[in-house]
Amino acid sequence: MSRIAKRFKLLREQGRKALVTYIVNGDPYPEATLPTMHELVRQGADIIELGVPFSDPMAEGPVIQRGHERALEHKISLRGTLELVKAFRETDKDTPVVLMGYANPIERMGYETIARMTSEAGVDGLLTVDLPPEEAVPLKRELQAVDVDNILLLAPTTSVERARRVAGLASGFIYYVSLKGVTGAGHLDVDAVKTKLEEFGQLTDLPLCIGFGIKGPDTAKKLSVLADGVVVGSVLVDKMGSLHDQSAEQIAGAVGAIVGDIRRGLDE
Amino acid sequence: MPLTVNMVTSKTQAFSKKRYSETDYSQFPNAEGHFGPYGGRFVSETLIYALDELQRIYSDLKNDPDFQAEFDKDLAHYVGRPSPLYHAERWSREVGGAQIYLKREDLNHTGAHKVNNTIGQALLAKFTGKQRVIAETGAGQHGVASATVAARLGLKCCVYMGAEDVQRQSLNVYRMKLLGAEVIPVTSGSRTLKDAMNEAMRDWATNVDDTFYIIGTVAGPHPYPQLVRDFQSVIGREARAQCLEQTGRLPDALVACVGGGSNAIGLFHPFLADDEVEMYGVEAGGDGVETGRHAAPLSAGIPGVLHGNRTYLMEDENGQIIETHSVSAGLDYPGVGPEHSWLKDQGRVNYVAINDQEALAAFRKTTLVEGIMPALESSHALAYAEKLAATMRPDQSIVVNLSGRGDKDILTVAKLDGIEV
Repeated sequence: MSRIAKRFKLLREQGRKALVTYIVNGDPYPEATLPTMHELVRQGADIIELGVPFSDPMAEGPVIQRGHERALEHKISLRGTLELVKAFRETDKDTPVVLMGYANPIERMGYETIARMTSEAGVDGLLTVDLPPEEAVPLKRELQAVDVDNILLLAPTTSVERARRVAGLASGFIYYVSLKGVTGAGHLDVDAVKTKLEEFGQLTDLPLCIGFGIKGPDTAKKLSVLADGVVVGSVLVDKMGSLHDQSAEQIAGAVGAIVGDIRRGLDE
Repeated sequence: MPLTVNMVTSKTQAFSKKRYSETDYSQFPNAEGHFGPYGGRFVSETLIYALDELQRIYSDLKNDPDFQAEFDKDLAHYVGRPSPLYHAERWSREVGGAQIYLKREDLNHTGAHKVNNTIGQALLAKFTGKQRVIAETGAGQHGVASATVAARLGLKCCVYMGAEDVQRQSLNVYRMKLLGAEVIPVTSGSRTLKDAMNEAMRDWATNVDDTFYIIGTVAGPHPYPQLVRDFQSVIGREARAQCLEQTGRLPDALVACVGGGSNAIGLFHPFLADDEVEMYGVEAGGDGVETGRHAAPLSAGIPGVLHGNRTYLMEDENGQIIETHSVSAGLDYPGVGPEHSWLKDQGRVNYVAINDQEALAAFRKTTLVEGIMPALESSHALAYAEKLAATMRPDQSIVVNLSGRGDKDILTVAKLDGIEV
């Protein structure tokens, strides 16, 4: 069983919800990422979503865009991100790590190479924002061959018919984009999410996690009851950016504190 | 994917004789929006439904005689088409080679070919019932053309423009404001056209219910490369008929500048199956392709994925998109329409580059010798046409797409001359 499947099974048995935390590799500087990842785990993160910096992050709001820009100033790449996961795996063999990014760095490396390298590095899944089902099949095939999950998105604009197709191609878990917009947006409508997720939940056995626009323990708690887990990102990236001149320990501590609060909220 | 690309290229090269007439170019892209390995729909899930809707509306309307009639009527009475095909006799004589004909898209309402497409997309927007349009713009020509059709239809219009371009094209920014559009300077990334397109995509994902995105070039996710090409193909259809009428035969060569590539595809497309017509797409060589400071992905880039399609891109070894350089804001883009990528691999179109200095020289030359002030974008095509004509016989002919007028560039040129206007 994959790390992702194992984690969701464990959570189900415990009656708990998954907390997926997103940070950008190399943000605000390369040495901050590894200690922050470990601190996220200590504070109760179930899955780490590691953003792979890209020059043109089209689906991101201003907060995460700036995170990508800060990381790119340090020339952080997809290859470097794979190295980082390798380093993380030296001491953490259990926490699933998903790389979230855009298609072009993957295209540049080649699908077969990236599949092999993610597997070797101990990456559990790839979430490629601009590879919808229409274009995802060739990469999915390569990932499947090495047992790395292909995480796909569902959106408020996805029809039921289409969601069925997404469910058929996805593995690991499905990421539900809670609002029309970019990451970190401020117009989340819990009732609308509920309606959509009731529809989609019937189409798949895969866990559903909700992301985009979750800013604190209250929304996280409210949304978590509708799904198997929640994703928080912008609020963490914002904090990391504001501490760019602080030590890695201080950054890890501050971001960990946010995650700890959300964890306690979810478990209440 | 690169494997497929190489196979296509070598197969094409195996034919010593050109047989383009055997290809039905109207059958491309396929239903998924692919031109061979290029094109497609590389966008986040939220936008797929809007693209599906657009595709549905466009397939319904594309062959609808009423829609075509309305489009043709607007082109005739609002844009002022057909645009003339002008024999630049004095310039041709000076060069002493082929006869140079200029397709005068600069004479269109708003001063460039961009309006052909915005008229078409505005008609589509009307059918969707959406009350707000957004656009990205580099030189400002597409922004002006979008603001123009929005004003005419009473639609709210937001134009995204790189902060750098807002400065170097201040005249067009003010034009857009006068037309009632809101111009939003984009300060992320390299602050040019590609970043404006990112921001427009973000706006679209946020306001997808009530907003129609008017993409200005033959790039972006399917069906944009197809529908923009179809709307711009009026250029080539007219040029073909005008050339036959004026010279009694087809031109020997076509030349057009390529940024995203909409004016070039518009001119080329109706000639693609004509084996005897050579085609040249002219990219922005900036300081020179060999310096790395340019905007010529077809000449010096590799295939990748950006802005919803797979195409040739300028990127580094890690797949990060790199900054481009060109004296002309409208060509300052690291990608290119996917159909151009495919036509390059097919060997159907030759893609070449002209650097800033050559383009500026052509700007001055055309202004002095023909009394026509071309846009700096179009000046790239004119510069290449001059070189090409010199290698040809006087009984041969070249059609150059004079895609826009140069008024918007006067401040840029004056600044290079050290003159304050």
